[in-house]
Amino acid sequence: MPEPINPATSAQSPVASEAQVEARALVPLVPAGRLRIGWRIFRRHKPGMVGLVILAALYFIAIFADFLAPYSYENEARDLQWSPPTRLHFVADGHFGFRPYIHPKRSFIDEDFNIRQEEDFAKRCYLRFFVQGDEHRLLGVFQTRWRLFGVDPLAAAVVKTSGDTYYSRLYLVGSDTSGRDIFSRLLYGSRISMSIGIIATSIVLVIGLFVGGVSGYFVGPVDDILQRICEMIMLLPGFYLLLMLRFMFPASMDSVKIYFCVVLIMSLIAWPGLARVIRGMVLSVRTMDFVHAARAIGQSPLRIIWNHVLPNTYGYVIVSATLGIPGYILGESGLSLLGLGIMEPIPSWGNMLQKAMDIVELDQHPWVLCPGVCIFLAVMAFNLVGDGLRDALDPRQRKVQ
Amino acid sequence: MWSYVVRRLIFGAILVFAATIVSFTILRMSPGEPGQAEIDPRMSQDYIDQQKKLFGEDQPPVRQYLRWLGVLKLVGADTTSGILQGSMGRSRMYDQPVAGLVKSRIGATIMLNMITLLFTWLVAIPLGTWAAVKQYKWPDKFLAALSFCGMSAPGFFLALLLLWIFCSHLNLLPPGGLRAPNHDMLNPVAQVLDYLKHMIVPVLVLTFGALAGLQRIMRGKMLETLRENYIVTARAKGLSTSKVLYKHAMRNAINPLVTLLGFQFAGLFSGSALLENVINYPGMGQLMLSAARAKDQAVVMSVFLIGALMLVVGNLLAELLLGVIDPRVTYA
Repeated sequence: MPEPINPATSAQSPVASEAQVEARALVPLVPAGRLRIGWRIFRRHKPGMVGLVILAALYFIAIFADFLAPYSYENEARDLQWSPPTRLHFVADGHFGFRPYIHPKRSFIDEDFNIRQEEDFAKRCYLRFFVQGDEHRLLGVFQTRWRLFGVDPLAAAVVKTSGDTYYSRLYLVGSDTSGRDIFSRLLYGSRISMSIGIIATSIVLVIGLFVGGVSGYFVGPVDDILQRICEMIMLLPGFYLLLMLRFMFPASMDSVKIYFCVVLIMSLIAWPGLARVIRGMVLSVRTMDFVHAARAIGQSPLRIIWNHVLPNTYGYVIVSATLGIPGYILGESGLSLLGLGIMEPIPSWGNMLQKAMDIVELDQHPWVLCPGVCIFLAVMAFNLVGDGLRDALDPRQRKVQ
Repeated sequence: MWSYVVRRLIFGAILVFAATIVSFTILRMSPGEPGQAEIDPRMSQDYIDQQKKLFGEDQPPVRQYLRWLGVLKLVGADTTSGILQGSMGRSRMYDQPVAGLVKSRIGATIMLNMITLLFTWLVAIPLGTWAAVKQYKWPDKFLAALSFCGMSAPGFFLALLLLWIFCSHLNLLPPGGLRAPNHDMLNPVAQVLDYLKHMIVPVLVLTFGALAGLQRIMRGKMLETLRENYIVTARAKGLSTSKVLYKHAMRNAINPLVTLLGFQFAGLFSGSALLENVINYPGMGQLMLSAARAKDQAVVMSVFLIGALMLVVGNLLAELLLGVIDPRVTYA
């Protein structure tokens, strides 16, 4: 589609007074582009906006996880394994206060050999904003110890006269098998899930757009070969292929390698779906006049594909990219859940759920299910936004929905 | 039409053949030797060599592949039969024929997915119709919200949540698996009940996930159909609303959905793979994961082959079904 002529520049009469020029500067006469119209429609789509807000919050958390989490993801207290969520107390000496405090805890083994926990009600550890906690690099640059909130660091571990060690640790949703704070790990885990979808989608977009564009533009043997490859990959059972490809790489690598290995595998399986649809759209666009015109003035095929043909598919591409992200999030957590993805100690929402697969563990510490809620939330947010985007950018599908 | 089917079948066979090459290549490119998980330091080198020879692992890769395929026996270069002779080879890990392994697992998986399929259709079609009739009213909105949840809720999480509620809290359902420990001592009726009890959680989870898509498609098709002229005619000639809906609209709306059945045929085999591993359900997904972990070449390749075969047949089925129900589609 050729760019519409911009009236703000072309329709300017040479005798425009200064006041008129000023008025023009205030009221933009630029015709609303497709993106702007799309945004206007999207803004009215309430579920989409809710999704967008959730996503913004999740990305904020992922970026500032270091600062927002009270503990680092590795900070463990082996004595407090599987500690239930810490109770926050607001009432001190019969008076209600807005400063919550917790009691220090210790764990012991009772006469039935159950691990039990006991609070020391005599001591109070107040929660504070801006405490010095585990060291971290904020945004990967600033080395600091400041964290948004936490227990007063002066009361980190309290030793009682009888020799028992009491810990004043804040577990908002409980602790895991080595006494690490699940809440902190959830925040850190968001980094994996929130980034993996974006990266995998970008790879799929690059391959899908290129293959789809080339395949649809050069009909003939190139198209045939590329289409057979697509069909081939689409005809392989996806989850099994995922497993086999995963085992092409060593089972234990360092986390960064595994992360990219998982991304690579998932995008390798996912691109044909996009490529095929793009091809179909390109097939219908390539016969239009502006493509003939571009060819007539001697533009190279790749340039025509990139500049003239593919922009017509952007509406669909943006929507399908957004709606594709949940699949990658679920794929990563599925692999991590089976112990094939991100490895301990790096937290990912998938590998944090591993313990929940054991019904005994699940029975005794149901808070291990929390990461699942996070996955649900993230996937839901992407689906909502994708749905809103479809209404806004893809008019062909709007009619049916 | 028959020439079309034959052509598609030949193409499908080539695809399946290519799939086996892909899976074999992937397996060979993976680090580690096949069958290395079975090697024990107590084994003598002679025994290891003998085992390797028995499973044909001493031969070059191409020969191993042809042996598994059964081409070697066909030309008389080897005595072991392969896929072409109807044998899927022998599992290194379990030390028994792959056919037996698959037979013991495939029933559980197909059963699970069949029940899910049935449930999904039985629930999704009426719900989709209801949503279309009540477009923009509360049932439609409620169902839209529900399908969003279904689309977004990860199956493995849902399964764990249900197990936590119904197994550890209410003590109503068994904790995953397919058989109770005392299954073999029960009478036949109780055995069937035992199976059903174990299937409730996976069926619920899979249905909830699949429901969302089908229900929304049904709603869309129904809305499209309700706009057609013949519906207006039917109403104009005074037919009751229910007759218009169920006799005229619904039938025509379901038709295009039937092609989905073909695609779902493929899912019968591999749709529940992840869930099976999560709730310890003894199906194909679990077999595949353990075999891939142990580099059990024969098992991995055979399971993969069956999966690809189901997909090819399913896609063909979908195309043919479309031709059967929609006379406008012709096969050249």
